Amino acid sequence: MSLVEERFGPYGGRYVPETLIAALDELTAAWAEAREDPAFRERLALLHRDFIGRPTPLYRAERLSERVGGTVYLKREDLAHTGAHKINNAVGQVLLAQRMGKPRIIAETGAGQHGVATATACALLGLECVVYMGSEDIRRQKPNVERMGLLGAEVVPVEAGARTLKEAVSAAIRDWVANVATTHYVIGSAVGPAPFPALVRDLQTVIGEEAREQALAAEGELPGRVIACVGGGSNSIGIFTPFVADSAVELIGVEAAGEGLDSDRHGASLGKGTTGVLHGSLSSIIADEEGQILEAHSVSAGLDYPGVGPEHAWLRDTGRASYVSVTDAQALEAFKLLCRLEGIIPALESSHAIAWLLENGGREGYDVVCLSGRGDKDLAEVLSL
Amino acid sequence: MTGSERIAAAFGAAREEGRAALMPYMMAGYPDRETSSAVAAAYAESADLVELGIPFSDPLADGPTIHAAATAALEAGASMDTALEICGEIAERVPVVFMVYANMVLAHGGAEEFARRALAAGACGAIVPDLPLEEAEPVRTAFDAAGLALVPLVAPTTPAERRARICAAARGFVYVVSTVGTTGERDELPAELADLVAATKAEAEVPVAVGFGIGTPRQAAQVGEIADGAIIGSRLVRAAAEPDADGAVGSFLRETRDALVSG
Repeated sequence: MSLVEERFGPYGGRYVPETLIAALDELTAAWAEAREDPAFRERLALLHRDFIGRPTPLYRAERLSERVGGTVYLKREDLAHTGAHKINNAVGQVLLAQRMGKPRIIAETGAGQHGVATATACALLGLECVVYMGSEDIRRQKPNVERMGLLGAEVVPVEAGARTLKEAVSAAIRDWVANVATTHYVIGSAVGPAPFPALVRDLQTVIGEEAREQALAAEGELPGRVIACVGGGSNSIGIFTPFVADSAVELIGVEAAGEGLDSDRHGASLGKGTTGVLHGSLSSIIADEEGQILEAHSVSAGLDYPGVGPEHAWLRDTGRASYVSVTDAQALEAFKLLCRLEGIIPALESSHAIAWLLENGGREGYDVVCLSGRGDKDLAEVLSL
Repeated sequence: MTGSERIAAAFGAAREEGRAALMPYMMAGYPDRETSSAVAAAYAESADLVELGIPFSDPLADGPTIHAAATAALEAGASMDTALEICGEIAERVPVVFMVYANMVLAHGGAEEFARRALAAGACGAIVPDLPLEEAEPVRTAFDAAGLALVPLVAPTTPAERRARICAAARGFVYVVSTVGTTGERDELPAELADLVAATKAEAEVPVAVGFGIGTPRQAAQVGEIADGAIIGSRLVRAAAEPDADGAVGSFLRETRDALVSG
């Protein structure tokens, strides 16, 4: 049985109530076993192909390339079923929960993409699904709330704090503490107590495996840079991981600078964070000097989170990946530009990666950008600005 | 006396009176600074030990009552300093054990610096509810060096072999979590609790106290039959928000103490 990492350098670990430790041990063992089991892998591969629609294309974006002044490929996770990379993790974890004999699934969601993906996977596999969502996010993301309802999930409003993603994660963890025997918690990003960061990374690595193979087939050499947005960091860790050993490939994570890194309204946990514990792991977080966790801000709900996956904190410290940020305004410009240039409406999250590329283009070789999701969910937000 | 010794003495004194120790919980700075001091003073009158919560924005082990109290305390301006001050106000009269989340320890200079400040305020120990055995060693080492007890938790889901290791590393006392779930009042204590407490007592060299879900004097007395101490949190946090807060907590504590005596 191979090791499921619990630490990434000093980061990661399990800073959770004692009640959950046995469940985390059980999950670690189940994942170590499942990921080596040919039958499980085959079932997941089949669902990737026939249900999610993988492999997603690696698309050479000609007009964007012209604009940037260098060749750009987009990894089209927006074309995955339910419209974002979130489904890769949701299907994998719900399949794992079914294997573990857990009849009930809980999840948190911010913008609703992970909630929809989890509700979808639960409908597919016939498991009960409860999604925690901040009441403010419920108000902002009505269509996704309705989708979850259609898919048979129960959406539970969370009224604590700012009524957004951070509180939804906390509420889901509290539910898990109370119902741990029957319930599996499908966390939506590469965050949380071990083994979640490694589990989510493993399930998202399909993005990078496909992209690396497709890129080599198209260009005959590796890309100069791989660029992805970072909120909790699941699409980015998924696309980075297969390139980590290719030391010549630059890995660039783009965080939300929100209204500016010097304002207190941003989501740059890596760029402006401090080392601390949030939602069960030690990582880089946005907190005040008293140790209280602060609310993050980003125009994109998926990057609006004051923590980040622990493996990213380690990739930052070791210098293997670089983390940069772009503002709300830059991301919105990139959103509009991609619509017009390529006929692709990107998620506001993914627009951050495009925005950074627009200002840092014109390089030798070529770049691969993870287009982590489509932007239909963001139309109301963008049109209201 | 080290923190552990003072905690042991407090449990011992209750035992000599033929009852379990009464350990009420309060949230520092809730509902406001002044009331919080009055509640602390009422606790010092009737409690054998006091569990003093340091407000944190994201308390994962806590249910709605204590979570809301933490949020309200922070909004009212409470901080780590508030908790240290309140500790200082009562620590000569009653042993104080902090309930503090891991990030607060980290943010205030790490385990050594936290221990130094807690001791200076007169505290005997700390419960860190999101610091399980695997993560606890560096903190325990620092607390041991300072003489502050790191009190561990045992849950109903803790496997027996792991429980033995937790008990072996326990300082001050072992905190047995009565039910699977977060803090908060429950109608009934689980039937399996007696077995869990008995098993823990057999493995621990320090006293064993039970918390989570104890909201009435009768439930405290039930726990007192099987454990060395009863911890009462959410019920008293509710009382602290009543108009006559110190009166309300005081009468509840006296009633509970009487229930523990008559068993």
